[in-house]
Amino acid sequence: MAGEATITLEVFRYRPDDDGEATIQDYRVPYHEHWVVLDALNWIKDHADGTLSFRWSCRMGVCGSCGMMVNGEAKLTCAVFLKDYYPSAIRVEPLINFPVERDLVISMDDFLAKLQAVKPWLIRDDEEPPGAEYLQTPSQLAQYQQFSMCINCMLCYAACPEIDGIPDFLGPAAIALAHRYNLDSRDQGQSERQEVLGGEEAVWGCTFVGECTAVCPKNVDPAGAIQQAKVASTKDWYRHVLLPWGKR
Amino acid sequence: MRGPLRRPFPRDWFVRKGAYRRFMARELTSVFVGGYIVFLLVWLHQLGQGPQQYHALVETMRHPLAVMLHALALLAALYHSITWFNLTPAVMPLRIGEDRLPNAVVAIAMGYLPWVAVSGAILWGVLR
Ligand code: SF4
Ligand code: FES
Repeated sequence: MAGEATITLEVFRYRPDDDGEATIQDYRVPYHEHWVVLDALNWIKDHADGTLSFRWSCRMGVCGSCGMMVNGEAKLTCAVFLKDYYPSAIRVEPLINFPVERDLVISMDDFLAKLQAVKPWLIRDDEEPPGAEYLQTPSQLAQYQQFSMCINCMLCYAACPEIDGIPDFLGPAAIALAHRYNLDSRDQGQSERQEVLGGEEAVWGCTFVGECTAVCPKNVDPAGAIQQAKVASTKDWYRHVLLPWGKR
Repeated sequence: MRGPLRRPFPRDWFVRKGAYRRFMARELTSVFVGGYIVFLLVWLHQLGQGPQQYHALVETMRHPLAVMLHALALLAALYHSITWFNLTPAVMPLRIGEDRLPNAVVAIAMGYLPWVAVSGAILWGVLR
């Protein structure tokens, strides 16, 4: 690579099948202005070290699978350019707050279970599904649309200091998803979701640090969703106490 | 063969980044806000103990240290209130049809305006 501009990637390595500790391995990678961190990782995989493991798919900020810590910040690696760091080295690590399976690959099992726990589908009292679609006006759609843009990249979990202290904390994306369905005019499942949403391990586990919203690449504003869910949860509680005979 | 590796959040996270530090500052200012309310209640109770007590307490409050603590509590309360007002739009977004009202409008309508109104009313009550 003589004469060619290069940049160093300090990459987190962890291989569960050998007994070594997790390490940081340096790679010199050709520097191109239009390359993103993911391009550099792929260059390493193809030209320097085929054993490096990481996830990616779309390369365009849609699939949500390439999230990693880049110099300590949770980022989609397909959306951060080398030129924003050049000529300094770039440290690439797996998302924090998640168990590492191997190198830059984290385990999503917990996260997926949390998503499922909030019942992210339309819950209806109807016995039978209708013959046609449930109708919705544009302003009813606008109520929740922002919260439906999530790509499950998990960056928000890697930015949240509460996850570590409350391991079962539902976390930003799952609460935003629950709130998205609660705000949906076609849904009737709010009280069903309230059981998982109302506790210390859900909305009340949040202290509104706000970093989940700051790192979210899709402008979902999970922090806002959680606070709104707190307000809804409080109203629900009062309704329950003041009108115990009423419908929750 | 080992299992997945746990990598906990850094213990010193709250000093690691400007945004985290500002969050911590907001949390810490609540100590002043809460503390001042307790102080006010105790002080009000003491003031009611008779004219002698009243004058002694007013004198104590003239002490530079007391003035300084008040200034500090005021700054903390301002930081606390302003940062929270600015967060109101995220907590209570207002919509007209499909459009969300701009954040500044919500912060002013739900935070700053009531604040100014209540402060003005109290000030009027005191100075009148
Ligand atoms: S809320 Fe944002 S940061 Fe969190 S998983 Fe969804 S898209 Fe990613
Ligand atoms: S590779 Fe799909 S979001 Fe980055």
